[in-house]
Amino acid sequence: MGKLVALTGNIAVATAMKQINPDVCAAYPITPSTQVMEQFSEYVADGLVDTELIATESEHSAMSACIGAAAAGGRVMTATSSQGLALMWEMLYIAAGMRFPITLACVNRALSAPINIHGDHSDSMGARDSGWIQIYAENAQEAYDNQIQTVRIAEHMDVRLPVMSCMDGFITSHAVDSLELLDDKAVRDFVGEYKATYPLLDVEHPVTYGALDLQDYFMEHKRAQSEAMKNSRKVILDVAREYKKISGRGFEYFEEYYMDDAEIAIVILSSAAGTVKVVVDEMRAKGEKVGLLRPRVFRPFPYNEIADALSNVKAVAIMDRADSHGAEGGPLFMEFKSALYNSKKQPIMINKIFGLGGRDLMLPDIEMVYRELRDIKNTGKIRTLSEYITVRGEEAAYGKA
Amino acid sequence: MVKLKDLIQKEPIMEGGHRMCLGCGAPIIVNLILRTSDAPVVLANATGCLEVASTIFPYTAWRAPWMHSAFENAAATASGIETMYRALRKKGKINKKINFVAFGGDGGTYDIGFQSLSGALERGHRFLYVCYDNGAYMNTGVQRSSATPFGASTTTSPAGVVIQGKLQKRKDLTKIVVAHNIPYVAQASPHNWLDLTKKAEKAFSVDGPSFLNVVSPCPPGWKSEAKDTIGLSKIAVDTCFWPLYEVENGKYTINYKPKEKLPIEAWLKPQGRFRHLFKPENAELLKQIQQDIDKEWEALQRLASL
Repeated sequence: MGKLVALTGNIAVATAMKQINPDVCAAYPITPSTQVMEQFSEYVADGLVDTELIATESEHSAMSACIGAAAAGGRVMTATSSQGLALMWEMLYIAAGMRFPITLACVNRALSAPINIHGDHSDSMGARDSGWIQIYAENAQEAYDNQIQTVRIAEHMDVRLPVMSCMDGFITSHAVDSLELLDDKAVRDFVGEYKATYPLLDVEHPVTYGALDLQDYFMEHKRAQSEAMKNSRKVILDVAREYKKISGRGFEYFEEYYMDDAEIAIVILSSAAGTVKVVVDEMRAKGEKVGLLRPRVFRPFPYNEIADALSNVKAVAIMDRADSHGAEGGPLFMEFKSALYNSKKQPIMINKIFGLGGRDLMLPDIEMVYRELRDIKNTGKIRTLSEYITVRGEEAAYGKA
Repeated sequence: MVKLKDLIQKEPIMEGGHRMCLGCGAPIIVNLILRTSDAPVVLANATGCLEVASTIFPYTAWRAPWMHSAFENAAATASGIETMYRALRKKGKINKKINFVAFGGDGGTYDIGFQSLSGALERGHRFLYVCYDNGAYMNTGVQRSSATPFGASTTTSPAGVVIQGKLQKRKDLTKIVVAHNIPYVAQASPHNWLDLTKKAEKAFSVDGPSFLNVVSPCPPGWKSEAKDTIGLSKIAVDTCFWPLYEVENGKYTINYKPKEKLPIEAWLKPQGRFRHLFKPENAELLKQIQQDIDKEWEALQRLASL
């Protein structure tokens, strides 16, 4: 089996990249993902990988170079955060539309303005319609595990889509965590040889990439892309099952923590789930039937499975680390409402927006959310559908509690 | 050296049947350059006329591997392709020599693609970047770019009652590229096929980035006659609006000196975009254009004498 080590999330991901040994990496520095490429550059400089590195002059060019390299016919990886992901925006859609299996380590960070370097999910949530598969990690171990799995998911012939592997900026990326690494051979065997489809460098068989696609064909190509995303549902689980065989660690679309008999539950992404688990443990010890559901795969969104998982819960708080200004709550909340629309057994749902720009979510904050859910379960009444918490000027429940 | 006999016997890499306009300079430039390549080519193309009119799905005019992904990134895309080539070559997965060429119009090169061009040149990728400079955003309907000549009327710098076309001078991109200290930079024109193909040959022979800036007449944008395309590019050179020169490892050489430099009116007059400059009240502007060209030509001669 593997080796137990203490690493930051960034170094864990860089280590996964070293073990994967991609053909080309193109990247541009941005906090908090910079360390990933710094560390990887050392591997390149020391000859520990065969990878050719392109230190581009912007993230737009980084993703453009990834796209060119992927079309040329090899395995390509990159990493970025926040403004970097935003600058890549145009090219994210093109990577997905051209069906290139590029993998990207997204170290989540708030989008400006105001400028802020800390973790929230506004960057990757904004890219949710770009056609990338999105997987979120709770801790360094999972960031490492996800990074390895993304290669297989992206390159599967039923998928051939780019995959974004997300972890929380600073909280996960910079904190030292203990994790188990697989040995290099296990990872290389798991990811296997890259299979190029229609490579540009095959000069005997010239292909045209990026043709002008008008009314007569555009929709068929977009539909094929949509089908590929649907196909990825099965592939994600198959890859996870196979990964469990070499790692002993299993992964699903989402993690359920004490959900079997939970009456009230919190839904939360990534590192904050770890804090919620502490509160669940404490409240469970007092006999309260509380649970946690932590989504791991956000795109494709597992609608049916989510509806099933929440079918016996009375009240749920969906906690978003991003806002969708003008919408009725954050992006996660909207997905969950959609997932449950067709369900006969619907819990009452509320939305809390927390942790923007890296603001801490403390144990008492989570306890208050559970207390509010308990009141909702008992009275059937909700005070407010969606609100910011742990914020100045907040009123009602928390001010008066 | 390239021989005309050999050139015309090679199959064009950009095949006929594309939808570029009658009299467009770009396909002439593209095929002359690509025919001189001593190895198979792989191409990257910025968004623009050349891309839109050559690949309307499910058709393609390209007999070589060709890729377009966006407007501002032909150089970055080419750098990704070229880097993957090196990665796969190192692993023994590919052995033959391939030449990499990126094409962009002046909008995709002087303006929106300027940063990605600069970055790719600085990183030293072995590729040739070709700018076909027709002096405006022709694909979107003749909007001014930083390559648009002073005084030209475009749809976003129209000649009106109080403003007489574009008020700013062109950006001298060729010299900015020279400042990147890359092995080979040149300006060329489609009318002088021998000069253009010699330059392409040199560009392909260097081990690093090379850049060709080629004047490319555009009948709809210049409001000129399609039959005058080659003639107009010759006049651009004979008036010294578009001098033919090259810079090899920093050394400037002027490749053609007109025996008698034609007055700039000879180049402006056949183009409708400059028509307003010939109103009597704009005589000063014409004089200013001539003065600027004289000054730049002298400066270039000084550089070549170093």
